[in-house]
Amino acid sequence: MATDVHRPVTTRRNAPAVRVEGLTRSFDGRAVIDDLRLDVRQGEFVALLGRSGCGKSTLLRILAGLDRDIEGTVLVPRRKAVAFQSPRLMPWKKVWRNVLLGLPGKPGRPVADQALEEVGLGHRADAWPKTLSGGEAQRASLARALVREPDLLLLDEPFGALDALTRIKAQRLVGELWQRRGCAVLLVTHDVEEAVLLADRVLVMDDGVIAHEQHIDLDRPRDITDPRFAELRAGLLERLGVDTAAEAA
Amino acid sequence: MSISHAPPSAPEPDISEIPGKDGSLELEPLVPASSRRTRVPRWLRRTTGPVVLVLLWQVLSATGVLTSDVLASPGRIAEVGRDLIADGSLTSAMGTSLQRVAAGLLLGTLVGTGLALVSGLFRIGEDLVDAPVQMLRTVPFVGLIPLFIIWFGIGEAPKIAIITLGVTFPLYLNVYAGIRGVDSQLIEAGESLGLSRWGLVRHVVLPGALPGALTGLRYSLGIAWLALVFAEQVNADSGIGFLMVQARDFLRTDVIVVCLIVYAFLGLLADFVVRSLERLLLQWRPTFTGR
Repeated sequence: MATDVHRPVTTRRNAPAVRVEGLTRSFDGRAVIDDLRLDVRQGEFVALLGRSGCGKSTLLRILAGLDRDIEGTVLVPRRKAVAFQSPRLMPWKKVWRNVLLGLPGKPGRPVADQALEEVGLGHRADAWPKTLSGGEAQRASLARALVREPDLLLLDEPFGALDALTRIKAQRLVGELWQRRGCAVLLVTHDVEEAVLLADRVLVMDDGVIAHEQHIDLDRPRDITDPRFAELRAGLLERLGVDTAAEAA
Repeated sequence: MSISHAPPSAPEPDISEIPGKDGSLELEPLVPASSRRTRVPRWLRRTTGPVVLVLLWQVLSATGVLTSDVLASPGRIAEVGRDLIADGSLTSAMGTSLQRVAAGLLLGTLVGTGLALVSGLFRIGEDLVDAPVQMLRTVPFVGLIPLFIIWFGIGEAPKIAIITLGVTFPLYLNVYAGIRGVDSQLIEAGESLGLSRWGLVRHVVLPGALPGALTGLRYSLGIAWLALVFAEQVNADSGIGFLMVQARDFLRTDVIVVCLIVYAFLGLLADFVVRSLERLLLQWRPTFTGR
């Protein structure tokens, strides 16, 4: 693959896919998100880092429309999809029915098969969710999100529960799918390496706002052994309060 | 490292002595599960218990420990059962009883599930419905028979009403608990997939409540037969209960036992139906199925 990024929506590059202004979300009077501002361009891959409890998952739930107790302006595309940390497949529906769940109209089985094929799960379309491995279930959940052809894909630590090997494969898959689909992606994660590996732009959330922004200009596919990669990773870790010098000692 | 070595004169600790005699660990073989399991098929194992009981009963009767005026022998009961079937009285009584149970079960299922849906799905429904149902639930339904006779007369209505009442509450409780036990993460996933309110109910809440509903159905079936016995022993002129009351008046323990066995078999049949339903409808469930 060439090193430049193939994206179908290059013409509308700068049109926004997400616009958030003055967003505040409080739990019992304590503002978890406090006057937050966020813009995501169409087709852009944004990773959102932050310590646990910093409000990054809350922000994702708000963008998904699952949390409406908010103040401020939030503009998101109508077609959006979420993949959660746990796959959240309906255990009483076979995999392909899970993929089609909630789609408007009466889409047929081929639609589900195609989406499952795309994530390499075509052979498990007829399985019950209980028989899937962790990685397979997560890919099914990804297929369920992609079949909606979202303009905005929200990923809430989707690789968090996977083992190291499966995670590498899943990360690669998400990268490929994003390049093929050209949708905007917001990836919430606590894995700095994952963020640098996949994102155009990494945001660090702290105290309810975006505290730091880092553009990642490395060529794709990215090489984690690249010294510039390590530099970016170290810089972000420092932002998150992890002293990499101490770690190396 | 500043740890000094043991002095050379000290005897070397002989750790090889500890586990086994010749220095090797004692290993125990782990037997594959398939070879540990008995070869007896499950249906045979399940029928063994009842068969042993009947055999014991026959032996006790044959040796005279159980006299016939206390309890007739299984052989005698089989004979009486055959006679009752031959003259049609048992089959017609069974037909009548089955009809009553079916009607009561149907009505009770509709009422119980309906109320559970109202209070399970809507908070306002919960506020309005749950408290009265919880109050009524504690009233022993058998105690309502006299009242029902006054209200509905002595025909079919009070009998079906009693069964309905008995069936309603266990179903209500279990369906309600089933609905409220649905994983909120799945509800949220459904919402994020763009399901409508009705879509959520149909694709997420109701399937999620199904295990509870089937448990409720099991309880309900048991109570339905119980309610039937009570209902049919008051002012009935047909049905298995009536057959039993008649037999009591003539001191026919054999007929009474035949009727009891019929009840037991009908109960077993109902249980079989629910079991089959569970196997069919809950095959998705990733739960423990016993060893």
